[in-house]
Amino acid sequence: MTSDIAAILAIDGIATGAVYALVAIGTVLIFTVTRVIFIPFGDIAAFTALTLAALDAKRFPGTGALVVILACLATLIEIISLLRAGEIRLLPRALLLYLVLPVAVVGAAWLVMRMDPPLAIRLVLALMLITPISPLLDRIVFRPIADGTVLLLLTVSVALHFALVGLGLLFFGPEGVRTEPLTSLSTEFAGVLISGQTMLIVIAALVFSGLLYLFFDFTLVGKSLRATAVNRTGSRLMGIRPARAGTIAYLLGSLMAGVSGILIAPVNTVFYDSGFLIGLKAFVGAIVGGMTSYPGAAIGAVGVGILESFASFESSALKDVIVFSLLIPVLIWRSLASLHSEEEIEE
Amino acid sequence: MRNTLSILALAAGVLAAPAARADITIGFVTSLSGNGSSIGIPYGRGINAAYEYKKTINGQTVRLIQLDDGSDPSAATRNARKLVEEEKVDLLIGTATAPSTIAMAAVASELKVPMIAVSPIGKLPESPEQWVVSVPQPASLLVKIVADRMKRDGMKNIGYIGFSDAWGDLVYNGAKAAEPIDDIKIQTNERYARTDTSVTAQILKVMAPRPDAVLIGGSGTQGALPLLTLSERGFKGNTYGTVALVNPDFVNVGGKAADGIQVSAGPVIVAEQLPDEHFAKKIALDFRAVYQKTHNIPTTDGFSAYSFDAWLIFANAAERALKSAKPGTAEFRTALRDAILSTKELPGVHAVYNFKPGAVTGVDERSLVVVRLTGGAWKYAP
Repeated sequence: MTSDIAAILAIDGIATGAVYALVAIGTVLIFTVTRVIFIPFGDIAAFTALTLAALDAKRFPGTGALVVILACLATLIEIISLLRAGEIRLLPRALLLYLVLPVAVVGAAWLVMRMDPPLAIRLVLALMLITPISPLLDRIVFRPIADGTVLLLLTVSVALHFALVGLGLLFFGPEGVRTEPLTSLSTEFAGVLISGQTMLIVIAALVFSGLLYLFFDFTLVGKSLRATAVNRTGSRLMGIRPARAGTIAYLLGSLMAGVSGILIAPVNTVFYDSGFLIGLKAFVGAIVGGMTSYPGAAIGAVGVGILESFASFESSALKDVIVFSLLIPVLIWRSLASLHSEEEIEE
Repeated sequence: MRNTLSILALAAGVLAAPAARADITIGFVTSLSGNGSSIGIPYGRGINAAYEYKKTINGQTVRLIQLDDGSDPSAATRNARKLVEEEKVDLLIGTATAPSTIAMAAVASELKVPMIAVSPIGKLPESPEQWVVSVPQPASLLVKIVADRMKRDGMKNIGYIGFSDAWGDLVYNGAKAAEPIDDIKIQTNERYARTDTSVTAQILKVMAPRPDAVLIGGSGTQGALPLLTLSERGFKGNTYGTVALVNPDFVNVGGKAADGIQVSAGPVIVAEQLPDEHFAKKIALDFRAVYQKTHNIPTTDGFSAYSFDAWLIFANAAERALKSAKPGTAEFRTALRDAILSTKELPGVHAVYNFKPGAVTGVDERSLVVVRLTGGAWKYAP
């Protein structure tokens, strides 16, 4: 291995790692607010890429149908739970939030799509279509079991991932896609060519992790979101609504997954099932960061990316083995070094 | 009392079933979901087209049962068992990925049911009798034709990058086997997974010894990834591949980077460009017509054609087997196997098939042509 090759590998690793970092940050965001380890996060990112590719090809993406179906399901669940609680007066609001709003978003996207919009608008459309998915999934799947243990939430999350992969195949078909790069710029850095797309990904990862860090540590809303994860009952007593906090987290998370998907699409071939490995490697990165710190997750994820790049150079067939083997020492170190959280204590 | 009655009724039903049914039953497994679905779906479409093409054999109706294995070898095993034990199929056809096909072949040999594999399986499963044949051109032959072409193009040093699975191994071993014959040298053996997002590291390794050409051992859309990276890194040499790359999305994703790649493929890929006297010309055009009629979309891949050929082999063997036994019986399965293993000069859309006991495939060099990707279309390059 010469220094040239090492530099190229490092750059490649940082680019891959930045993608993982975006997903890892989103995973941490949702985890700190809802205690859900949101495995389908990678799938949402992949769906965004597929949505954008469909829009580029002037086809209306399957995401629209997916959102409408989820909206109907969520509305049904919401209505049933309201009727059971005898909260009839809240029905119109529920219909507006869970049915009219998502369907309106899809309708608007469909209308704009007819006008053959430019790339910037298509990006916005893809994000618009993807954003409702996570909050709707939250309402359908996670809210009924929001008080469950982390393990239960994780198990459900894995099941949800498999359901989403199946739906992805149904709505997007089996083929992979690649979209046009957002920028064709490229620069020389220490004798290595770096594409503008790579820079965009790294910058996005930095900006997001910085913003989220500031949001959660220095604003009242951010702190109240974190409080719900620490103790739902306690935060309700303080006037915080856990359900709303969850929705906000999922909206933010969805948006981030969307942005990662859009950034990944030009540099990788994305399949309907590509999300899982991206999500899993991001999860390894998040664990390295302890599942609580945004900068930690970002650094961990970039580390995973760099490790993966060098591992594929040394032994391409064993690359994933090397990456996932990293988990074991990290977990041992984490479990020895950290104090146990309040998880095991019943409220 | 009621229980006893129902058990009796059930037993009667089970005993009466084979006698009452004289259809020929075909169990077909493919990957409609999972990582093999991009080729598994065409396989399924191909079998449907073949079924439309020939629904009856000597007046016997044929029943086709399709199952999805989700690209998972253990699911393929379960499906094969279910088809044999519950549906009492006379023949198994499957499936889209090499590992699953190998798993199915083991079940077919164990339960003594003939099977026509539509993916390459390399070698026969360990069993005293042969129950399995395989339709596709073996990887060694696919690669041999490509290696011959490399020699003709004056290529000496070849870099290799392929999938980290059975298919990647098959192509690599085929290329290794061709080394002494074609006087080429395979310098590298790099692997990547179908879900990988980057092969920069592997391509650096491939390019380090400055190869004249690179051979791609991937398949479908993701086979384009090494080509994209090669063109990013400014590789100017020739690229070669196998028929596994041939699908429309490979062309879309690969774009300019894939242009000029030469692959060995069944003649069906370029049916309309074949000379009139070519054995595959007429039947391949028939296949395209029936496929168009069945699915209302044109066929452009080689995978659906493998299913079609499997059906032709089955139909040809069943005509002979029906003379000696009744469908649904062990005798018929044995007769069908013997008939398949004595197939002589049967023209299909991919090849002229000649099976004999002890050999898993029945194709020769007539089954392959070299095609070149030019401006987004595959062109016959004799």
